[in-house]
Amino acid sequence: MVVVDGNALAGTLADSLGPEPTVVALRCAGCGSLGVLGQTTVYRTAMGSVARCRGCDTVLVTVVESGARRWVGLPGARTMSAPIPDGIE
Amino acid sequence: MTLPDTGLEARITPVARPATRRRPAWYAATVASVGRETTNARRIVLDVPTWPGNDPGQHLDLRLTAEDGYQAQRSYSIASAGPATDVVLAVDRVDGGEVSPFLVDAVEVGDALEVHGPLGGWFVWRPGESTRPVQLIAGGSGIVPLVAMVTAHAEADDPAPFRLLAAVRTPDDVFFRAELDQALASRAPLEVTHVYSRTAPPGSTVPAGRLTRDTLAAAVFPPDAGALVYVCGSTPFVEQVLRWLTELGHDTSDVRAERFGGN
Amino acid sequence: MATFTRGFGGRRDDRDDTRIPPGQTLVRDWPVLSAGATPDIEPTDWAFSIRTESGLHQWAWDEVHALGVEDVTVDIHCVTHWTKLDMPWRGVPLDRLFEDVETELDYCMVHSYGGYTTNVPLDELLDGKSWIAFEADGEPLTPEHGGPARLLVPHLYFWKSAKWVRGIVMQSDDEPGFWENAGYNLHGDPWKEERYW
Repeated sequence: MVVVDGNALAGTLADSLGPEPTVVALRCAGCGSLGVLGQTTVYRTAMGSVARCRGCDTVLVTVVESGARRWVGLPGARTMSAPIPDGIE
Repeated sequence: MTLPDTGLEARITPVARPATRRRPAWYAATVASVGRETTNARRIVLDVPTWPGNDPGQHLDLRLTAEDGYQAQRSYSIASAGPATDVVLAVDRVDGGEVSPFLVDAVEVGDALEVHGPLGGWFVWRPGESTRPVQLIAGGSGIVPLVAMVTAHAEADDPAPFRLLAAVRTPDDVFFRAELDQALASRAPLEVTHVYSRTAPPGSTVPAGRLTRDTLAAAVFPPDAGALVYVCGSTPFVEQVLRWLTELGHDTSDVRAERFGGN
Repeated sequence: MATFTRGFGGRRDDRDDTRIPPGQTLVRDWPVLSAGATPDIEPTDWAFSIRTESGLHQWAWDEVHALGVEDVTVDIHCVTHWTKLDMPWRGVPLDRLFEDVETELDYCMVHSYGGYTTNVPLDELLDGKSWIAFEADGEPLTPEHGGPARLLVPHLYFWKSAKWVRGIVMQSDDEPGFWENAGYNLHGDPWKEERYW
């Protein structure tokens, strides 16, 4: 086992949402169903955006932006899955 | 059997970079042309010199900045697709809105604004990827991303059977009429049905009336055709169509929706 | 730097006023912000609870009203940059409910019907700083604005004035609620522009 720090994840997580967020797969912590971000029910307000499970309403993702910074929360999604991009740009 | 040598050089078509390789970015855009699209909507063509191209169905975020720095941003589906740097939008005017009245009533050729894109990878159809039939269902301006799909399908001479069902209020509210006619004249298999809720065209055998589950059933591929379905329009329109599709027996895993909000 | 678009002004109502905290703009309407479906609670089904380390206190609709509803005029400041001045409300001060509550804990997690939460230190709710509010602008609170009852804590950004309020759970630490977890400030003082983490 090798223990390092977060710097080692720079390359791995550079693409953490994959090439495109709407195809990111999420499992709902509330009802267990699997879906993609593009299918979630999204409420957009000036406070931020909230993506809820279309089946059980659990909040999966929160996005808040200050103009300078963005916060992405996954209170009900816990794990995201995205295709690994192939090839070189 | 070898093909006869016609002496013609092989035509090299530019290969569009697939969406996986076009990272969204902010681009400077200039309004290249504006024109009336429907009674309530304007076609706006943006010149985006460094645009990397976009897939059919993708959208962009358009940002306006006032002189004091105040910014407003809205998403618009792109009616054009492919490598072209002329990006075509059709903006529906929302009464009391902050951005659409400006874009429909005030924006002029030469105006500068910024766009973020291309965005979207789920509500996308690309030619050559599947021969499954494709059913497109549009409410009003929801037709914009579907026009990109229809045009790409026609230009690629794609063999997938395509049907488009578009719900509008009157014949004056039909979007991209010339582009749809051109696609119908191409060899790619396409059927287009318009449903008029308020005024039908003169000489129409079908009276005007809102889209119903029966009209929907008559126009779309049957559930066992295995079609990919794309539904786009206002949130209430999409929700209603999705309910009907489920009632008619369509497999929801084959249905993709894009909701514009509003009522 | 962003490109300016000729002729675009947006939709705002600017006025210079020392009662407006930094970064805020005066508005006259009352914007609605909602991150989910609007709960539909009848006053007959409504109850307010305070849970402490030792027990549960609960008040029904009539019982809260019986503690004494007062008129109060306050300025409200939303973290999304709008401010409304001199807004009339009617509600019961939280002080009246806490008169009968004993707790050693210093922090509150405010809970709403529908699952929303927000955290506030107890001493920022007491001494006339907050109300359970039933009316605004002379009318009973509509569901979209948090009716039948919402918390009113005007000295903090308005997201702390939890809509569809249903109770408080005392906590030993200032644990973050919904928006505080999502990126917003734990405290939320508009005069110090405590908007985000």
